[in-house]
Amino acid sequence: MGVGIEVEDLNAWYGQTHTLKGINLKIPANSATALIGPSGCGKSTFVRCLNRMHETNPVARAEGTVRVGDVDVYKDASPVEIRRRIGMVFQRPNPFPTMSIYDNVASGLKLNGFRNKRVLDEVVERSLRQAALWDEVKDHLKSKSGASLSGGQQQRLCIARAIAVDPEVLLMDEPASALDPVSTAKIEDLIFQLKDEYTIVIVTHNMQQAARVAEKTGFFLSGHLVEFDSTHKIFTNPSDKRTEDYITGRFG
Amino acid sequence: MPLRPSRANVGRRQAANHLFTVLAILSTVLVIAPLFAILVYLLFQGVRSLNLAFFTHLPRPVGEPGGGMANSIVGSGIILGLASLLGIPVGIGAGIYLHEYGGGKTLANAIRFTADVLNGVPSIVMGIAAYSLIVVPQKHFSAFAAGVALAIMMVPTVTRTTEEMLATVPNAVREAALGLGIPKWRTVITVSLKTASPGIITGCMLAFARVAGETAPLLFTAFGNQFWPTSLNEPIAALPLQIFVYAVSPYDEWHRLAWAGALVLIVMIMVSVTLVRVVAGRGMLKGGH
Ligand SMILES: Nc1ncnc2c1ncn2[C@@H]1O[C@H](COP(=O)(O)OP(=O)(O)O)[C@@H](O)[C@H]1O
Ligand SMILES: [Mg+2]
Repeated sequence: MGVGIEVEDLNAWYGQTHTLKGINLKIPANSATALIGPSGCGKSTFVRCLNRMHETNPVARAEGTVRVGDVDVYKDASPVEIRRRIGMVFQRPNPFPTMSIYDNVASGLKLNGFRNKRVLDEVVERSLRQAALWDEVKDHLKSKSGASLSGGQQQRLCIARAIAVDPEVLLMDEPASALDPVSTAKIEDLIFQLKDEYTIVIVTHNMQQAARVAEKTGFFLSGHLVEFDSTHKIFTNPSDKRTEDYITGRFG
Repeated sequence: MPLRPSRANVGRRQAANHLFTVLAILSTVLVIAPLFAILVYLLFQGVRSLNLAFFTHLPRPVGEPGGGMANSIVGSGIILGLASLLGIPVGIGAGIYLHEYGGGKTLANAIRFTADVLNGVPSIVMGIAAYSLIVVPQKHFSAFAAGVALAIMMVPTVTRTTEEMLATVPNAVREAALGLGIPKWRTVITVSLKTASPGIITGCMLAFARVAGETAPLLFTAFGNQFWPTSLNEPIAALPLQIFVYAVSPYDEWHRLAWAGALVLIVMIMVSVTLVRVVAGRGMLKGGH
């Protein structure tokens, strides 16, 4: 089951550059939330602060409060625990090139010491089915490398890998931006199905995509969260002039 | 100004292209030819002198015909095994530190500098170093001292290749692992190192092949021995040493054995390098790296 996310006064830096400036928002559980905004406005930085991937960059720093369910991300737990609970799908598909399709999906469990083969088999099949990839790969699960798949398949493999560890939240940073329209449509279908079980935060450049999959949408501009509201409201009747300019294509 | 290339222009480019191709081929031949000649000559001389006794018998005293280098073959195996056992883990460990943890820190730069300097130190100096650090305090020559001397020579190559190969692993792959909640040390071993492993293995093999033929560092450490090795704590026979001693001797019989020894040494290196490649390549998947 998904859990909600509460962000209070979140600030982030790269070296001296203040990249995220006082972000506050509440992301509801078991729904998809879209984050939109022009390139470089801080969308990726924001989602990376939610699962503490931000701090893997040696010059990066974050301050503020992020609560995922009842866990204070920056106080109560280690980055490793947090990332187990908050899965992430990146912009470019990044399967492990040396691992088979099976091992890619099982990696999150296996590399955390989980060994029960029967359970692993089940989890791999269930995750690949959920990611709508099972039928395409079931005949060469262990003989083909994850890197041998097409771009769209690789991204669905990465989604399967992320949901195999049963996270509560799934962060997706422009998951379809490197993909063709057919693969993009598959990923969107997937998001639709996954949001019953997970809380999904999806960064997207594509406003139609946000409108199609998300209940709520947030608009970022130069490190500020300008507006956060229901997707319908953002796209039909935004309260901020800058949001309106952006969605009507007047800049960005 | 016309932007399309004229006919003359295209002709000139093609001529230049041909010229460079020919030059490249010529340089390749120039490099390969002497190597090839040496190999053929060695093969010719070596095969003529090889027999079963060479692999099974101990060396005989001057004047007695026959005898072999069985103890040197085993000795070289032991020394190289020991050197690899000590040098490769240290080298890989240092390479991991440099790329995955060191960043631009002073310690990392100091290690890089040391490795580069160490790489340029003449091998005889390594022998003297191992002599004064191990042989002198222990008051005897030993296989152990030889292993350490060669291990130190392997470390810089292994360290630097490990660092370079880790740098070729896309950061996205590391992030994928960290994003799954896999601890950093585990990410380094099972993802970064595994992805970089073909290149790292090549580096280790290069380091191995380079020290396998070293004679100078063995002079003050292994020292040589006419008998079978029984312990790491005594002087030990080694192929390069035995070849050296036999080659500079005045006896034809010993020259013959030296050629055979040289051939066996080269074949041993080629076989071990190939073997490692085959074994390491077996686990690879279709479409992987
Ligand atoms: N690794 C980094 N080091 C320094 N600055 C960065 C880094 N990543 C992003 N930035 C800067 O932070 C700002 C926000 O970037 P990002 O979060 O990637 O934006 P978005 O995902 O909305 O395009 C940009 O100005 C970018 O230049
Ligand atoms: Mg981004």
